[in-house]
Amino acid sequence: MDFSLTEEQRLLQESVQRFVQDSYSFEQRRAIMAQPDGFSRDTWAQFAEMGWLALPFDEADGGLGGGPVDTLVMLEALGEGLVVEPLMATVLLAGRALACGGDDAQKAEWLTPLLEGRLLAALAAHERRGRHAPGWVETRAARVGEHWRLDGEKSAVLHGDCADLVLVSARTAGSPEEPKGISLFAVPADSDGLSRQRWQTIDGLSACELTLAAVKLPPEALVGEQDAGLGLIEAVLDEAAAAQCAEAVGAMVALTRITADYLRQRKQFGQPLAAFQVLQHRLADMFMDTERSRSLAVMAALQARAGDVVTRQRAVSAAKVQAGRSGRFVGQQAVQLHGGIGISDELSVGHYFKRLTALDARLGSADWHLARFAAQPASG
Amino acid sequence: MDLQFSAEERAFQQDVREFLASELTPELKRAVSLTPTVFVEKDIADEWHARLNRRGWLAPLWPRQYGGAEWTPVQQFIYESEAARAGAPTTIPMGVRMVAPVIIRFGNEAQKAYYLPRILSGEDTWCQGYSEPGSGSDLASLKTRAEPDGEDYRVTGTKLWTTHAHYANRIFCLVRTSSEGRPQAGISFLLIDMDSPGISVTPIRSLSGDHEVNQVFFDSVRVPQANRVGDEGQGWTCAKFLLEHERGGVFSHRLMAMVQELRRLMVDTPEGESALIEDPRWRERLAALEVRVLSLEVTEMRVLSRLRAGDPPGAESSMLKIEWSELQQALTELAMDIAGPYAQFFEPGRPLYALAGHTLGDERLARIPPDYLNTRAATIFAGTNEIQRNIIARMVLGA
Repeated sequence: MDFSLTEEQRLLQESVQRFVQDSYSFEQRRAIMAQPDGFSRDTWAQFAEMGWLALPFDEADGGLGGGPVDTLVMLEALGEGLVVEPLMATVLLAGRALACGGDDAQKAEWLTPLLEGRLLAALAAHERRGRHAPGWVETRAARVGEHWRLDGEKSAVLHGDCADLVLVSARTAGSPEEPKGISLFAVPADSDGLSRQRWQTIDGLSACELTLAAVKLPPEALVGEQDAGLGLIEAVLDEAAAAQCAEAVGAMVALTRITADYLRQRKQFGQPLAAFQVLQHRLADMFMDTERSRSLAVMAALQARAGDVVTRQRAVSAAKVQAGRSGRFVGQQAVQLHGGIGISDELSVGHYFKRLTALDARLGSADWHLARFAAQPASG
Repeated sequence: MDLQFSAEERAFQQDVREFLASELTPELKRAVSLTPTVFVEKDIADEWHARLNRRGWLAPLWPRQYGGAEWTPVQQFIYESEAARAGAPTTIPMGVRMVAPVIIRFGNEAQKAYYLPRILSGEDTWCQGYSEPGSGSDLASLKTRAEPDGEDYRVTGTKLWTTHAHYANRIFCLVRTSSEGRPQAGISFLLIDMDSPGISVTPIRSLSGDHEVNQVFFDSVRVPQANRVGDEGQGWTCAKFLLEHERGGVFSHRLMAMVQELRRLMVDTPEGESALIEDPRWRERLAALEVRVLSLEVTEMRVLSRLRAGDPPGAESSMLKIEWSELQQALTELAMDIAGPYAQFFEPGRPLYALAGHTLGDERLARIPPDYLNTRAATIFAGTNEIQRNIIARMVLGA
């Protein structure tokens, strides 16, 4: 039993923290978000150069051989910087799906350029009626001779608007709610019949509603086993959700620190706000909620690739529940403790609040994960 | 980072399991499951104390030279987790875990040689004399005074909320030996025999009707100065040391055992044609608490991992106290809601495990209301949660 970081992990932590400090100040971030894509292609190239895009992949696939704990270290540090680059969509969702489900040819075609920063990708695993559940799939994939034909709509595809490649879940058998009969397809964004309705998220990212109308794909577009794609998709979503919990912790750490600074500086009634016990206790609660979330984010990382599915799902859902609850509390209280200035878009506080709010809506909300957790009691 | 135990730790875990399998009798288990008070009844505590002592595990943190087991933080964690899962009693801490570490750290050789073996053997039972009617959270304002009288002190005053004073033959007390300077600087740490002339004990009944705490009165009680631990005026240092000692710990597994118990209770509680456990609303209420307990478990492991590396526990130890006490309250609250109309049921007989037959058929129901009532104390004792939040805020503010 050991909760310390390895030397390599400490170095990674330091380098990401240094990057955030030097290249991702609140002002720099504002300039980055003003670029046409809503993020910086230069920063993305920098990520690739640092090896961050290759971190969670096996060396055989051209990766650095890192695991979920390495990802946790990286994401917590990036969380403090409120980065807007498509790391979650490209690397942790689409990239991991290709790594876990793809064959050698598929990896060579898509994963290799992805790791090098030359290909952006997204995972379209959710639909409107399924809300947070990846197991609800109405989109259909039918055989037409050798080829596949995809029809349907995917919802809230994170960074799907700028992706070169979208991994789409579609039903190859069964009815919408059946776990069996779901398959995963690699769909180039320029395919005929694919259209995207771009939208912005409250925390400075982008997403899209994806429509597939008679999209024709070659046989090699199928990623992983036919009809058995849900297991792959859930494993990828869980590992990404664990990483996202670490990102939330980073944002909460930053918010608690910023709020503590503000309480020390701001004076009312002739004394610093920090002198008021009611505010001290609120700050203590923010600290505790952050630590609660950190503990479960660590557990989720340690179990994110667990062989036993129930163990993995319980750890990830527990972490996601806490990240949602803590994120809401810490974000709301940070705004409250800043008073009027807290609702201004000119301050970083509100942007952390918006990031935490958005994170709960992605990869399954606290409510959805609580229900999943409650359905799987611990053995013993 | 990893969750694996080493080969030695797994062997120790096996030892603990074997010990529990042979020593934890069904009678002891049942008594624990029907305990609505903070500590188990004296007879149960004594029996478990003796069994642990025979195995050499009574004092896990004492140095070996005094008869301790010198467990590592991970061994502690393993024992607590197995003991909680098996439903074993906890030991009464006032001797082994409270006064003994202070004697070992600040006492002289004569005090160590006299008191420590008597704690292990069970010959001495201790209680703690800290709080007073006018001094709760503001402990340093305490007024019980010890005035020099030849080789002795004369102690006069009163101590409040003294757990098990009615069983104890000794009490360790914070007393005022000086009113000069800062209030903390005039406090000394005394070991007092409860059968000294001038001591009287008055019981205090808790909301549930249980007798666990008392008020202790001192009327010019003669205490040898040789019974002082550390120097005169060093009492506050001893007290702070003890509080830190008291705060670290492993509580999550007991809470997880409560979660499991509540799940069983939901399975056994009918509502119409089905049981409460079939209803997602009930399951999710329990799941929400289970998530928090899991989080506490990891926080405890993180603190232990830091202790092992030789780092101080930091503000997290205050956080642990807040977490386990508030979770314990939340779990007893959920138990009340599960009990439904029987949340108002009052069983006056004590101890519950000794009662023959239960009015409501299910003996578990008798424990729920008094447990809920008594657990309100958890956020008050050992430093109120408001004091703990002050400590955390000071740390976060860097003040």
